Amino acid sequence: MKVKQISVFLENKCGRLAQVTQILAENDINIRALSLADTMDFGILRIIVNDVEKASNVLRSAGYTLGETDVVAVEVPDRPGGLANILSPLWRAGLDVGYMYAFVQSSGENAIMIFRFEDPDKAIEVLKGSSVRILSGKEVYQL
Amino acid sequence: MIWNEKYECMSRGDIEELQLGRLKAIIHTVYEKIPFYKNSFDRVEVKPGDIKSLSDLTKFPFITKSDLREGYPFKMFAVPMQDIVRIHSSSGTTGKPVVAGYTRKDIDTWAELMARTLVCAGATGNDIIQNAYGYGLFTGGLGFHYGGERIGATVIPASGGNTMRQVMMMQDFGSTVLTATPSYSLYIGEVAAEMGVDIRELPLRLGVLGAEPWSDSMRKEIEGKLNIDALDIYGLTEVIGPGVSVECEEKDGLHIFEDHFITEIVDPDTGESLPYGETGELVFTTLTKEAFPVIRFRTKDITSLNPDPCECGRTLVRMARISGRSDDMLIIRGVNVFPSQIESILMNMEEAEPHYELVVDKRGVLDELELRVEVSESIFSDEIGKLEAIQSKIQNEIESVLGISLKVTLVEPKTIERSEGKAKRVKDLRAKE
Repeated sequence: MKVKQISVFLENKCGRLAQVTQILAENDINIRALSLADTMDFGILRIIVNDVEKASNVLRSAGYTLGETDVVAVEVPDRPGGLANILSPLWRAGLDVGYMYAFVQSSGENAIMIFRFEDPDKAIEVLKGSSVRILSGKEVYQL
Repeated sequence: MIWNEKYECMSRGDIEELQLGRLKAIIHTVYEKIPFYKNSFDRVEVKPGDIKSLSDLTKFPFITKSDLREGYPFKMFAVPMQDIVRIHSSSGTTGKPVVAGYTRKDIDTWAELMARTLVCAGATGNDIIQNAYGYGLFTGGLGFHYGGERIGATVIPASGGNTMRQVMMMQDFGSTVLTATPSYSLYIGEVAAEMGVDIRELPLRLGVLGAEPWSDSMRKEIEGKLNIDALDIYGLTEVIGPGVSVECEEKDGLHIFEDHFITEIVDPDTGESLPYGETGELVFTTLTKEAFPVIRFRTKDITSLNPDPCECGRTLVRMARISGRSDDMLIIRGVNVFPSQIESILMNMEEAEPHYELVVDKRGVLDELELRVEVSESIFSDEIGKLEAIQSKIQNEIESVLGISLKVTLVEPKTIERSEGKAKRVKDLRAKE
């Protein structure tokens, strides 16, 4: 049920993000979801792509420092309380969210949220007990 | 154990008397036999007869590595070529190498000094010494070889490289002493692990390690990973090779064999002599070498001297572990900073040793120090907080050790310039005055 996310270390310099996306484009890799966290000096680009292995290989051989992390993708109903219903059981179970980001799928109705947990397996277990839908890696890569 | 009690445990008065007699002789010799010295003494109007006491040596000019290079290949020899039985040389990465010649007596002196070195480090005639210093023009291989044979140990002339075979010999021959560079000893440990050999369980008990600067934290790493005692030795081609100084089991400074070498500490900028205990550049005068004597050779190595007798019984002056080089020493807001201090802090981190570079610049009138550290996959995290924690950990530790503030910047891999041979660790952007 976990989704592989690639994170890339980037210096806060002009054109770094453009270069990464250019490399992915040249290798016919599609970005499904993306978030960028940054400080004064550096940023971490987190991406979910249609071909994790290929993306890792091409970025690594271009000299980037990468990490692969297991994250959890959850479908969030587009109505008041949608996100709260997901977070409450996690909070009660004592699980911290490292970070999260959202994207909307092309078919449209519900948003998909990507969560980073210290212990993704435990989080999945908790979420399975509630009524939310967890997306598998395969589903997310092929959205 | 002490190999030569007579010369390693003399009183200060006796050693100085011995040095003075030998100094007078060698100053005469170089003046008569080597034109370079005659010219340089004449230029500042000093004569061999001016040596009345040891302190008179400071009136004589220094000699530098580039002076020695100018003499390439044989102009700095004091004896005719038929008396030279061996040639060694420095690596010459930055130009022509320095060529060292040895007479038969020099080879004998060197073996004696290496015997003292090995015994001081804790080796005995019962040891099996695996000598992984390179054999060839480099002084390390043959220097250790002769010393090991002199004390009656079994010497394996393994030389450097072929690391799987090194591990195999350690297992099959039961080597008890490893002589190598510190970094190579760690590498042997890694290869052993890859081969599925638990090096900690082998008979190896002692490493006599040198030929490159290393830190106390690296010592701990080697001792832990190889389950040995790791002792530091110091030497240089220009002086004799290995066999200049070595630690004893107290690990409290390296004993310099003063009956053969006079050591001074000078201010690297002014060349002025500094008293015992003060940190400065190490300067050597050889007292007994026949073929290739040097008078006041500036090593650019930074250390201090301690004349107090050691717990081990030796009275020889001790030099502190080399803390850096005068040529890469930085003065930041009045504080002396050696890249090796920073390296030692980085080595202490659990993560693999990162590539780093120091950048010094001025903001207004104040010097600013920036440490740029490459982010390898072993320290990278997808969480900002964890990367910032590494950043501030490095920063706090360096600030507490050096007593100066600095900025730590994480940079992408391969963005720090690689140089062939010795790494360039410092970029000083302050305008030179």
